[in-house]
Amino acid sequence: MPTTPNAQNPAEDAQDPGAGAPEGSGGTSLLTRKADRIDRLAELMGPRDDGSGGAGIWLTAFRRLRRSPMAISGAVVVALFVLVALFAPLIAPYSATAQTWGGEVFPNQNIFVGPRAENWLGLDNLGRDQFSRMVIGARQTLLVGVVATLVGFGAGALLGGTAGAAATLGGRWGALIDNVIMRVIDMMLALPTLLLAVTVAALVGPSLTTVMLAVGIAQVPIFARLLRGAMISQGNRDYVVAARALGVRRHKIALTHILPNSLGPVIVQSTLTLATAIIDAAALSYLGLGNPDPSFPEWGTMLADAQRFLSSAPQLAVYPALAIIVTALGFTLLGEAMREALDPKLRK
Amino acid sequence: MLRFIVRRTLQLIPTLGGLSILLFIWLQRLPGGPEYALLPDDATEEQRAQLRRSLGLEEPLTVQYVRFLRNILQGDLGTSLQTGRPVVEEFFTRFPATFELALTAILIAVTVGIPLGYLAARRRGGVLDFAAVGGSLIGICTPVFFLAFLLKVVFAERLGVFPSAFRLSPGLNRTDLSGFVVLDGLRTGELDVVWDALMHLALPGLALASIPLAVIVRMTRASVLEVLDEDYVRTANAKGLQRRTVRGRHVLRNAMLPVVTAIGLLTGSLFAGAVLTESVFAFPGVGSFVYAATQTRDYPVLTGFILLIATMYVLINLLVDISYSLLDPRVRAQ
Amino acid sequence: MFTKSSRKPLALLAAAASVALLATACAESERDPAADSSAPFVFASAGDIKSLDPFLASDGETFRYSRQVYETLLEHESGGSEIVGGLAETWEQSEDGTEWTFNLRDGVLFHDGDELTAEVVCANFDRWHNLTGAWQSSNNSYYWQTIFGGFAENEDEGLPDSRYVSCEATDELTAVITISEYSSIFPGGFSLAAFGILSPTSLETIADAEITGEEGSYTLPDYTSEPGAVAGTGPFTAQEWNRDQAEVTLARFDDYWGDPAGFETMILRAIPDETARRQALEAGDIHGYDLVAPADVEPLVEAGFQVPTREVFNVLYLAFQQETSEELADIEVRRALAHAVDRQRIVDTILPAGGEVATQFHPDTLDGWSEDVTTYDYDPELAEEMLADAGQEDLTLDFCYPTEVTRPYMPAPRDIFDVISQDLESVGVTVEPKSFEWTEYVPNTDSGECSLYLLGWTGDYNDAYNFLGTWFSVKNDAWGMDEPELFDAMAEASGNPDPEERNAAYQGLNEQIMDVLPGLPISSSPPSIVFAENVNPPEVSPLTQENFSEGSWKED
Repeated sequence: MPTTPNAQNPAEDAQDPGAGAPEGSGGTSLLTRKADRIDRLAELMGPRDDGSGGAGIWLTAFRRLRRSPMAISGAVVVALFVLVALFAPLIAPYSATAQTWGGEVFPNQNIFVGPRAENWLGLDNLGRDQFSRMVIGARQTLLVGVVATLVGFGAGALLGGTAGAAATLGGRWGALIDNVIMRVIDMMLALPTLLLAVTVAALVGPSLTTVMLAVGIAQVPIFARLLRGAMISQGNRDYVVAARALGVRRHKIALTHILPNSLGPVIVQSTLTLATAIIDAAALSYLGLGNPDPSFPEWGTMLADAQRFLSSAPQLAVYPALAIIVTALGFTLLGEAMREALDPKLRK
Repeated sequence: MLRFIVRRTLQLIPTLGGLSILLFIWLQRLPGGPEYALLPDDATEEQRAQLRRSLGLEEPLTVQYVRFLRNILQGDLGTSLQTGRPVVEEFFTRFPATFELALTAILIAVTVGIPLGYLAARRRGGVLDFAAVGGSLIGICTPVFFLAFLLKVVFAERLGVFPSAFRLSPGLNRTDLSGFVVLDGLRTGELDVVWDALMHLALPGLALASIPLAVIVRMTRASVLEVLDEDYVRTANAKGLQRRTVRGRHVLRNAMLPVVTAIGLLTGSLFAGAVLTESVFAFPGVGSFVYAATQTRDYPVLTGFILLIATMYVLINLLVDISYSLLDPRVRAQ
Repeated sequence: MFTKSSRKPLALLAAAASVALLATACAESERDPAADSSAPFVFASAGDIKSLDPFLASDGETFRYSRQVYETLLEHESGGSEIVGGLAETWEQSEDGTEWTFNLRDGVLFHDGDELTAEVVCANFDRWHNLTGAWQSSNNSYYWQTIFGGFAENEDEGLPDSRYVSCEATDELTAVITISEYSSIFPGGFSLAAFGILSPTSLETIADAEITGEEGSYTLPDYTSEPGAVAGTGPFTAQEWNRDQAEVTLARFDDYWGDPAGFETMILRAIPDETARRQALEAGDIHGYDLVAPADVEPLVEAGFQVPTREVFNVLYLAFQQETSEELADIEVRRALAHAVDRQRIVDTILPAGGEVATQFHPDTLDGWSEDVTTYDYDPELAEEMLADAGQEDLTLDFCYPTEVTRPYMPAPRDIFDVISQDLESVGVTVEPKSFEWTEYVPNTDSGECSLYLLGWTGDYNDAYNFLGTWFSVKNDAWGMDEPELFDAMAEASGNPDPEERNAAYQGLNEQIMDVLPGLPISSSPPSIVFAENVNPPEVSPLTQENFSEGSWKED
């Protein structure tokens, strides 16, 4: 249950407590501390390398990533996962839902079928090919993760972007809008993401959409905070000041200059969020708030459902559990490595 | 110092007030309104209307909000749909169990996590460092409920070392003073009860500790690394101060600041984790009650739980802030 | 220097490890079987009780508790389904079946010292009959309404007239209960645990007890959660109800009229998860539990636990709601679906040993079971053909199943759902899965929320009407079936006081029902119960009505 941003962004950067929150953060300082970590990430596109421009940062970051074993192992896992997910129907040898070998498995007598020539990972408790389920499951898992991240990013970008743009460009009213939005965001940050997700899911009722929405909504405050911070740190940069001096219209500055330049931290956070989304989705499935169709293979559902066979057929739980752990680990490693690469402070 | 505490406390008011507004809006947004959750699905339109009236749902929103707030302030979170008893009472009777569990988890995480993180930092790049960092990453990525099941199958079912469920063995004679089993046992001198309770806390405590442990190891390691590199540590070393003094006074003390923060921040997630852990171990605390509430959409319990966690989170952060300011005078000046 | 400072944490770790080792050693020595005969017997059930007064309950877990504490006029024989005397030693029914005379046992004492008399029995029945207000909600008096219909003064027009007329104490130990018309639910109805007899002092103290709150969120009166507030006559007294631990403690009642209970103390503890129940038994935390997962039976027997076999007394079915999905109103479609489901596979791979495919809506252990009902063999090709003939090649149906629950007739709802929906999909039906938690599931299926759903029934007493009449006596939202002929035949059969004629009528009804096919009976299977090695278990009951006073610790 990595439900805190601490888990997603373990604070490699032990901030100086005196540094405080950036201006306009509004809320009480105790809440901003959780937010500081997000803000730190947001500032990563900060005022260094100013002369060389955006591309330079990316290039150096990429060079650094190439040399980091953490990044490479993370990238390999992620790439493998995405490839399997994309080509799942081609890879899976059998249907993931057909109970083709239903007559060979007797869960009521503890008779299960392990790995064999035709079924590489054996059969599940209803006589379905476990390997095919794992492969198709990868696709569903990726779908849940991506949609949840998109939901979180979309709503977060809207909120954070508005707040950030208002704070940078808006004057007095802007500061007020920023303040109001950020108060709300800070309060949402105070709740553990899983708890947010559980309450959303419990009230809407179990379905796959619910899981994606619930996990996504839980990520909104993080993205909002992040985008706002990124925009503010960009907003004070020389080129923005220059553009404003030249009389470029405000919303145009926000759209053409600030937003594209804020993308770095977003990509990092999205990578980390994907890991959380996969794990939180599994937790929701365990709580019975996941997809009500049990034949639909998704790793979280498979894991939650296989718990009861843990002593008689542990492999049924171990496969999806390992898959979840390794995939989440892959995303986390890649995300952490990217952040380190972007953050000069962490590279001492 | 006092002024600092007062200021911090006053700052809580808008935060909690805002949270109550969010919760209120959220309740309004329930599909079909709050009465949906209270009535069976086949309730007639008439029954709905009557319930709406009796709940005061026909009045203006502002009036409703004021009443909502007043109820909360009077400690009235409504009645649980599952048990028909007040939510506050339900939480109150179950809270000691969860508190003991959360405390166990934090103790495990701190006593193992801080030394481990410190050692990892001291021997950066070594085997221990690699294991600590790798282990904590894996810990973060492992679904808690799976870990809990694994612990249960191995230690309770296979090895029989620890009990598999509950908070106490059935039929144990004990004097109930406060609901805090361990504390009561110590006060009355019923050491068998204390022992029994600790055995029951071991596995769920360990499962719940996994995330905080991982976070604390990483925090401590990062923090110590950072401090080791600070000028004052170099100066102290150069001055020829005893390494022991340097480590004790300079490194550990300064490195602990962010770790203390992290522990405070973890409380909220501990309670969320308790929902999963307690349900696996049938541990009779707030978590397993909320788990049941998610199953039955017991919305007074769910909203109550959110409020409870948010309030606790905010209060614990206040404590963290204060302990912070004791550790670091700069914070007070800020 | 390095070593000096790092020793501390390492020492800590070592200390922690040694504590853990110590813990192991102690724990093992503690797990020796309880030699002490006064040790509490701990039995795990699947859920906590709802109320200490069984009248307000309708769930098996509350009745499991209440059967140990309260007794009814009639009971079932130990380990069987025959009706025998309970508080009444003997009983008679009048020719037309409306007058029931109960000859009570002499010398029966309540837990509070009161004596059992015919007047006490009548006072109990009169109290139930005269309940008002929220007591009249079916949530709070389900079984009264099932057996006796309504109340003295019905407050809801929807309630039927009360079938209860009067109760008269003709002498000290003779009570005569008069009902308005005979029904086959008698005498079985008098054995229902909800009608446990309370002491006169208790009746007085609870006379003014009120249920507050709205429909759906009732607050039960305080006495229902205060152990000892209402006294019964059973072999145990309720000592403590710890809601937080979901634990009820019962103590032996020394002045019990029959054989005293074998256990001095008995604890009923709720463990909802079946895996957790097994683990608790294996870890020695409990000494028995009900609803053993089929897969656990073999390993438990091998490990030395006792798993006595119950007789089969339930049925699991797949309901076809004919109004929720109009397509299901077509008998050909229902028949096609019946042929599409491989019930044998469910019995072979999911249900416990001893389970059988059901051919009709009650198990063959009941009189009235017919050999000549229409059967529907698994034949997916035929099913596909029939669907095509009915013009329903693209049939889409929603299909509900309950989550987080095991029922005596349904050990793994999700798996059973999975198998059936796969079978349906393979004959071209599109299944839309819906799941509900159990407490939501039952009202939802009852109100016609689901086109297809899984549900079942465990008999309360030995009469076919307890099964068939529950579902098919009137048109209702659970089935959406409108077959006036069938309903009339049902009423006629159950109103016939002659047992032989009645059973013949039930056989005819079973045949008629399986032609109409309102749903597909899937299986009847014995739910397993398990006890630790050092326990002399009570006789297990097909009705899951074990009398735990029969159990005791084995002498070494």
